[in-house]
Amino acid sequence: MAATTVALTPARASRRWGHQNAWGYFWSFIAWVLAIFLFFPVFWMVLTSFKTEGAAYTYPPRFIFHPTLSEYASVFSGVQSFTKPFEHSIFVTLFSTALVLILAIPAAYSLSINPVKKWRNVLFFFLTTKMLPYVAAVIPIFIVAKDLHLLNNEWSLVILYTSMNLPLAIWMIRSFLVEVPKGLLEAARIDGAGLWVEITRVIMPITLPGIAATALICSIFAWNEFFFAQSLTTTNPTMSVFLVSSIQSEGLYWAHLAAASTVASLPVILAGWIAQKQLVRGLSFGALK
Amino acid sequence: MTSAPPSLQQLPVDRAPGSVNGQALPRSVGARAEAWKRRLPLMPALIYVIIVTQAPFAVTLWYSFRRWNLLIPGSNKFAGLQEYRAAFDDPAFRQAAVRTVEMTASAVILAMLMGTGMALLVNRKFFGRGVVRTLLITPFLIMPVATDLLFKTTIYDPVFGFLDYVLKPFGVGQVNWLGTHAIGSIVVVLVWEWAPFMMLIVLAGLQGEDLEALEAAHVDGATTIKTFVYITLPNIKRYMELGVLLGSIFIVQTFGEVFTMTAGGPGTSTTNLPYYLYEQVFNNFTVGVGAAAGIIVLILTEIVASFALRLLSGLLVASAGAG
Repeated sequence: MAATTVALTPARASRRWGHQNAWGYFWSFIAWVLAIFLFFPVFWMVLTSFKTEGAAYTYPPRFIFHPTLSEYASVFSGVQSFTKPFEHSIFVTLFSTALVLILAIPAAYSLSINPVKKWRNVLFFFLTTKMLPYVAAVIPIFIVAKDLHLLNNEWSLVILYTSMNLPLAIWMIRSFLVEVPKGLLEAARIDGAGLWVEITRVIMPITLPGIAATALICSIFAWNEFFFAQSLTTTNPTMSVFLVSSIQSEGLYWAHLAAASTVASLPVILAGWIAQKQLVRGLSFGALK
Repeated sequence: MTSAPPSLQQLPVDRAPGSVNGQALPRSVGARAEAWKRRLPLMPALIYVIIVTQAPFAVTLWYSFRRWNLLIPGSNKFAGLQEYRAAFDDPAFRQAAVRTVEMTASAVILAMLMGTGMALLVNRKFFGRGVVRTLLITPFLIMPVATDLLFKTTIYDPVFGFLDYVLKPFGVGQVNWLGTHAIGSIVVVLVWEWAPFMMLIVLAGLQGEDLEALEAAHVDGATTIKTFVYITLPNIKRYMELGVLLGSIFIVQTFGEVFTMTAGGPGTSTTNLPYYLYEQVFNNFTVGVGAAAGIIVLILTEIVASFALRLLSGLLVASAGAG
């Protein structure tokens, strides 16, 4: 076995680190072309955000212009300032994600390490709730919230985003808990470790990266959510609703739209870029266990 | 291992997920207490989900038997199955159902094909791989309604849009993309948004690949295509199925794209079920029809979901067998 591994090492090294053959260069080239092509709309958004409105509407589209920060300044000032919606989105995202983790971690524990009898059915039940048409659920919530004057209350969005993200979070966290070696848990129990010690000393250190990945994905979905926010808020909107309403009422000024979109997306872009590996890890579902 | 009595009794029960040993225990008081101890951590999440997601449907079911227009006071009356008939008789509703299937299926399949291609491309080591992967995942991170508005304006605009500018050398004149190719234009945006998500899932599958097997194939002189079909594809197949399932769950709920880019139009050509239901309640204020249509959608969804879950159940069993 060891001999085989040694013999294979040069071949593997060439596959992983370099491409001596023409096909290798070809596929790398294709990867770059595809990446630039797919990234272009994002690049164009950022470029347009530094234009004046006059420079944004030109034919042919302009790549060279005098960059200005005036649209960014206008995004954060005046009646149409994004400051309030930005804070509002942060509040809703943080609280719903925290609530998701508080509910999902114990539930996932009950479906993996110390499973209830019908854990499989329970797991599927959670997922079916994700398939329900959101709109049909939002009708009574809208009517009740309207009658109780709870429209525009940020907690109604916190509650809905929690239920929206909970199924996926339970699935993801469960897949990480399954990865905790059984032997380690048994050893801890034989040593007389209580549940608390078992969780804080054995389970948490192993699953923390996975839980962080889950939190990140839940935050992305909460931050970007539009439908519930559009249905249940008017005067106290989140970023997504405010972006759509302010842009449409102002008559689609492109440079302003681009600056506002960049601001609205920036937190998630930065988080996603920094935690790329976590994203892949989170979506691996613990190698589908 | 010493023969400590408590661990001997507990271990077989605690050993593995899905262990049937728990059922074999005599139904003593201790066993029942133990079962509740297991259930307890599950309860908050379960109760929460039932209250927030199931209770509204019970209310929606109640609304669906009533004729109720929010703008007409006193219009909230029992109407039996009339609103169901109204929904079924509405050609726009049937059309919306067809549109939903078309949009979801084409967007999911295209996003998966593209995402798989992207994952295969960045799973190799090459110059700037990290940068390429960063660029490729970014569309997933942009706020979807921002994407929708930007595509609607800076890309699809018939006069100043970038798409017509790029296509002009190919003889394509000022095309009103969202007017003449509305569904295709929306699907393109959905694919752009979701292909990175598929890429991340497939990438996770590729990273669990057995490098030894790949090397063995390489040494044995297997072609790239054969290696892909016989080694890589079986490995990532489960991830692709999972991606299709999750993608369908998300994309079938597509609302923002339709709302911001076409408002269901031109005519009702891009009205999918979520947008149709939204219009019934939030624009026409016909709660009864909206609720009845919602219940029909719910039943159809349950039928599709039961097939999808059977697939997923297969995924779980397969991996349990492998591990």
